[in-house]
Amino acid sequence: MPTPILMPALSPTMEEGTLAKWLVKPGDQIEAGQTLAEIETDKATMEVEAVDEGTIAKLLIPEGTEQVQVNAPIALLLVEGEDESALEGYEIDSATPADSAPAKGESTTQTVAPAAPTASSQMMDDPEIPPGMNMVETHLRDALRDAMAEEMRRDEAVFVMGEEVAQYQGAYKVTRGLLEEFGDRRVIDTPITEYGFAGIGTGAAFAGLRPVVEFMTWNFAMQAIDHIINSAAKTRYMSGGQMACPIVFRGPNGAASRVGAQHSQDYASWYAHVPGLTVIAPYSVADAKGLLKAAIRSPNPVVFLEHELLYGDVGEVPEGQDFVLPIGKAKTVRSGEDVTIASYSRGVQFALSAADILAEQDISAEVVDLRTLRPLDVETVVQSVKKTNRLVTVEEGWQHMGVGAELGWQVTQHGFDYLDAPPLRVTQEDVPLPYAANLEAMSLPNADKVVAAVKRVLYLD
Amino acid sequence: MADDGSAGAKSNLTASGEELLNYYQDMLLIRRFEERAGQLYGMGHIGGFCHLYIGQEAVVVGMEAIKREGDQVITGYRDHGHMLACGMDPKGVMAELTGRRDGYSKGKGGSMHMFSAEEKFYGGHGIVGAQVPLGAGLALANKYRGDSHVSFTYFGDGASNQGQIFEAMNMAKLWKLPVVFVIENNQYAMGTAVQRAHAETHLYRRGASFGIPGFEVDGMDVVAVREAGREAAERARSGEGPTVLEMKTYRYRGHSMSDPAKYRTRDEVDQVKEQSDPIEKCKQRILEGGHADEAQLKAIDKKVKAVVKEAADFSLASPEPDPSELYTDVLAD
Repeated sequence: MPTPILMPALSPTMEEGTLAKWLVKPGDQIEAGQTLAEIETDKATMEVEAVDEGTIAKLLIPEGTEQVQVNAPIALLLVEGEDESALEGYEIDSATPADSAPAKGESTTQTVAPAAPTASSQMMDDPEIPPGMNMVETHLRDALRDAMAEEMRRDEAVFVMGEEVAQYQGAYKVTRGLLEEFGDRRVIDTPITEYGFAGIGTGAAFAGLRPVVEFMTWNFAMQAIDHIINSAAKTRYMSGGQMACPIVFRGPNGAASRVGAQHSQDYASWYAHVPGLTVIAPYSVADAKGLLKAAIRSPNPVVFLEHELLYGDVGEVPEGQDFVLPIGKAKTVRSGEDVTIASYSRGVQFALSAADILAEQDISAEVVDLRTLRPLDVETVVQSVKKTNRLVTVEEGWQHMGVGAELGWQVTQHGFDYLDAPPLRVTQEDVPLPYAANLEAMSLPNADKVVAAVKRVLYLD
Repeated sequence: MADDGSAGAKSNLTASGEELLNYYQDMLLIRRFEERAGQLYGMGHIGGFCHLYIGQEAVVVGMEAIKREGDQVITGYRDHGHMLACGMDPKGVMAELTGRRDGYSKGKGGSMHMFSAEEKFYGGHGIVGAQVPLGAGLALANKYRGDSHVSFTYFGDGASNQGQIFEAMNMAKLWKLPVVFVIENNQYAMGTAVQRAHAETHLYRRGASFGIPGFEVDGMDVVAVREAGREAAERARSGEGPTVLEMKTYRYRGHSMSDPAKYRTRDEVDQVKEQSDPIEKCKQRILEGGHADEAQLKAIDKKVKAVVKEAADFSLASPEPDPSELYTDVLAD
């Protein structure tokens, strides 16, 4: 039996890639550790190394093939003692991974959560995008990059600093290409020193620059939270309005995939608690760009919460420099009659997927993307609830003192007479995020959990 | 150079009569101001925490002497002296201490949180050590803009143990930021003596592992401070990056108004006052150099007293902030 060589996952979140180049051919003797092929993801080009030694019997995937699924066999290897006769009768079932274990980066979440909704017809037209505007398909990570690049071209005071933002092109490739265009004066690699560079960025903002400080993830910003809150958020007030702090702190927030408790936390409610901060957590690609541009132009400190699992999303973004969205405005992304589902960031994906499932059961859900958590657009949510009379909130954070707690209270306060059921929250379970794939999936929100909550507020369960 | 700890140009510890008289007046203003602040605190007009600068006056006055227009200053919570030395109005500082609307922060900051955009004074920070990366950030802005301004970043011996100090020093040296790290070693971090908290008590070596030159300076001698500061500022302006200056100084009062200072003896304090007082030392220089006589110095004392009295009166006459101010200055519009 020949040994299949499988398409590897090269990051925790990789699901597929392009087999860019084969570095071996059939008949080649290879050794363990030898480079076999180059694989491209939307982030990077990586090398595939051999695990076993032997002879390459067959290349199953031609080079240049795109969207090769993680764990798909890409070549066959004959090990010591085998010759080509071993290939006889051997069939490749490409639909079944040779290894029965789930692929790295593929959690069982996918079996319960339907794929991200892609049909744009489900989405409402965006009134913020003028009709006739030329739309360009863009990856979310590139939309963020474009936002920074455009603002850096527009304003000399804007610069980017953080770990691996320059030469490495960004740990998640969000700052790709910025160093080449703007040079190392304006794209600054920092040491691993979050507390220190958050403080330096804040000081530079006091002096009138407009820093965009990237945290490799918001989890690491716990080291820097003192400067975000005590220095950046409070100084305008403490100075009686004399000091300004026009700074953006940005990076991926929330749970990625199988990276464990310390790398998987949603900080939305933490920062949204603090007066003096603006907190933005976009879902769509266009919002990511339009709101990051708004954040950079803001005279106030902004916490900009991205999501690693959305970086690879593709969406349409209006072409041109001037697409800047208003901060503090929620968006109704799907119109419905029976229930309001309010969320932000990746939670909107669960909400939209749930709305699809519910539609098949003749339940019409309205989905509100909060987009900004401070200030919180309570009005849009309340208006929606006045129509649907029911509210479900979705967040990746913990329930206790969370975003849903605030939203539920606000809607109770401002729309009590319109509620036909107590609001329900779909959140992460009240535990540190576990590593095991099944436990992780159980812990996080997903579309099925949202569907179940909707049925409860409709008294259907 | 970095490790011998000898302060800059010791051979040049001279100053003109005019300079010395200015230093004398500026130091005296801080002392009288702080004495009055202590008194107003005792009377209940000043609330919360109030950290007096008495004993350390030579540090800020000496450094101020080499500051240029556009240079920035940032410090911790023991900040009254820095503000007065910067040229901020004693009336506005005292009115902030009393929490009134004419204070520098409209009464919303208090003793530890005062700023002056005009005088480039960036606070007034209550989290021990936080001002150090912030000060390095001010320096980054100077370098980014390509101007020749220097950030004078002050902190105490206690703050010098905070991790963020080392983070900031590393980047300041790595990027050659124009910053002078002024450690005001007043011997006690609240109640903890330096030798009880620092494995290395020579604080001028704090930047040694980053290759930052460091010098020990007699922080009770205003001219010694000035000369050490001059060299450090020149280093910063010429693109060589940061310097650490360890100012050996002493605070006469407790850590804050509520500190009885039982961790040191009365004798120790008296000895410093008698032998090393920065204002007395300056006064002796003036008299010995024949730059002024006792009567002229008395006239300065009188002038300073009048300024402080005016500040105190102003700070009590100024109304409390308008209730509408509660909600202003949280965000820019």
